[in-house]
Amino acid sequence: MKTNGLLVSLFLVALLLAACGPAAPTETARLILATTTSTENSGLLAYLLPQFETQYNAIVEVIAVGTGQALQLGEDGNADVLLVHARDLEDAFMAGGHGLRREDVMYNDFVILGPANDPAGVADVATATEAFALISSSASPFISRGDDSGTHVKELEVWAAAGLQPAGDWYVSAGQGMGAVLTMADELTAYTLSDRSTYLARTLEGTDLQILFEGDPTLFNPYGVIAVNPGKNEAINSELANQFIDWLISVPTQELIASFGVEQFSQPLFIPDSEAWRNR
Amino acid sequence: MSGELAEIIALSLRVTGLALLISSLIGIPLGAIAGLKRFIGRRLLMALLYTGMGFPPVVIGLFVYLLLSRNGWLSFMPADVLPKLFTPSAMVLAQTIISLPLVAGFTAAAVLGVDPSLRLQVRALGASESQAAWAVLNEARMGVLVAVIAGFGSIISEVGAVMMVGGNIAGHTRLLTTAIVLETSKGNFDLALALGGVLLGLSFLANLAMLALQGKSLDE
Repeated sequence: MKTNGLLVSLFLVALLLAACGPAAPTETARLILATTTSTENSGLLAYLLPQFETQYNAIVEVIAVGTGQALQLGEDGNADVLLVHARDLEDAFMAGGHGLRREDVMYNDFVILGPANDPAGVADVATATEAFALISSSASPFISRGDDSGTHVKELEVWAAAGLQPAGDWYVSAGQGMGAVLTMADELTAYTLSDRSTYLARTLEGTDLQILFEGDPTLFNPYGVIAVNPGKNEAINSELANQFIDWLISVPTQELIASFGVEQFSQPLFIPDSEAWRNR
Repeated sequence: MSGELAEIIALSLRVTGLALLISSLIGIPLGAIAGLKRFIGRRLLMALLYTGMGFPPVVIGLFVYLLLSRNGWLSFMPADVLPKLFTPSAMVLAQTIISLPLVAGFTAAAVLGVDPSLRLQVRALGASESQAAWAVLNEARMGVLVAVIAGFGSIISEVGAVMMVGGNIAGHTRLLTTAIVLETSKGNFDLALALGGVLLGLSFLANLAMLALQGKSLDE
């Protein structure tokens, strides 16, 4: 009897394998999306992607990493489409022939966070560079991402614009993601630069960090979507990548982006900014 | 990078070395007692040690984090008594807790594996109880060394806990493993791979050095 049971289960396994095989009538397409941790951590992708998946009978596999690694994944041909935020790096990626097509998607903005008592006094200044100069001159602790992420690149731009080379005990290069850096800044009562959405999501769990400075146009953070050049290898699904981009920048999807987070935080986390949206 | 790399290697060895020293000083006697002495709760102690050997390091990291956090479980203690979060001392504490059950558990197993008649014979020759225990430990020295090596291996290669309590701060708490995670996240796969090679080489050299302590037994 034992042998019979084994035979039956082997048969069932064989059936299961056959069902998964290429003979299946409607095959679900797979799209590998390499993106930054901010879109994943904020919950935006979990909010948007199911709609695309039903509409196109596809599964989107999200690899959430830093912008640097996301672009590297594209360069190595290990992803079909990229959703990233570091304009200069994106342009270099396109110039290198690694991408077929790049489109604006949306932007969010960066905010300067710090302890409520604001020892450096950054709440009263007009520009981000002045705020950074005050943090530096008062040697108040500042946590940097230090991981070549889009946020880190933006932070370095602000230091450069302020004509400063941050160094010293007060300047902590963490080499970690935004979530870990928020935890660290909270723990060490330090300043940091964060994207608004990750910070707002964190306020739900409780943090002592406050937004001390915001609204400077230099702190805007534009996201682009890039279709990886299918010439890299045969596995790259260029057709679906194009459909994904068309869907992402279409006005209905952009409306979804504009409404994301409004219920929870009474402010949108991302501002739609595709060409179709601007011309609507 | 080379100056920075030397700093990272030195810190990795210092943190792991210190943690291993502490866990050996506590773990070898603890394992010897668990393996030799009969007492109430001995079975429970062994079960706890063996469970601890498989405890996920990242959970220990979380535990140490919550202990040391500004609003943590020990926040009522004066601040200068405890190691601070995001310092090498916090990483030493986490690595000590990770390696202690391994050192103690393997030591206990090694001691249990020694022929019980050895102890009786030594005792019959007039040795005191602690002298007899020392004789058993000496007989089990190969197993005790393996215990220390297992402890070393578990923490030199560990990344989750030290990332959590150390913070991977450049020039302060960045270790080889956390540097590898960082370089991978930057897309610097070549550098990450090179760092992995350095880690592997270091681990090999450290194990060679530890085995040299037992060279005679191996050659016998």
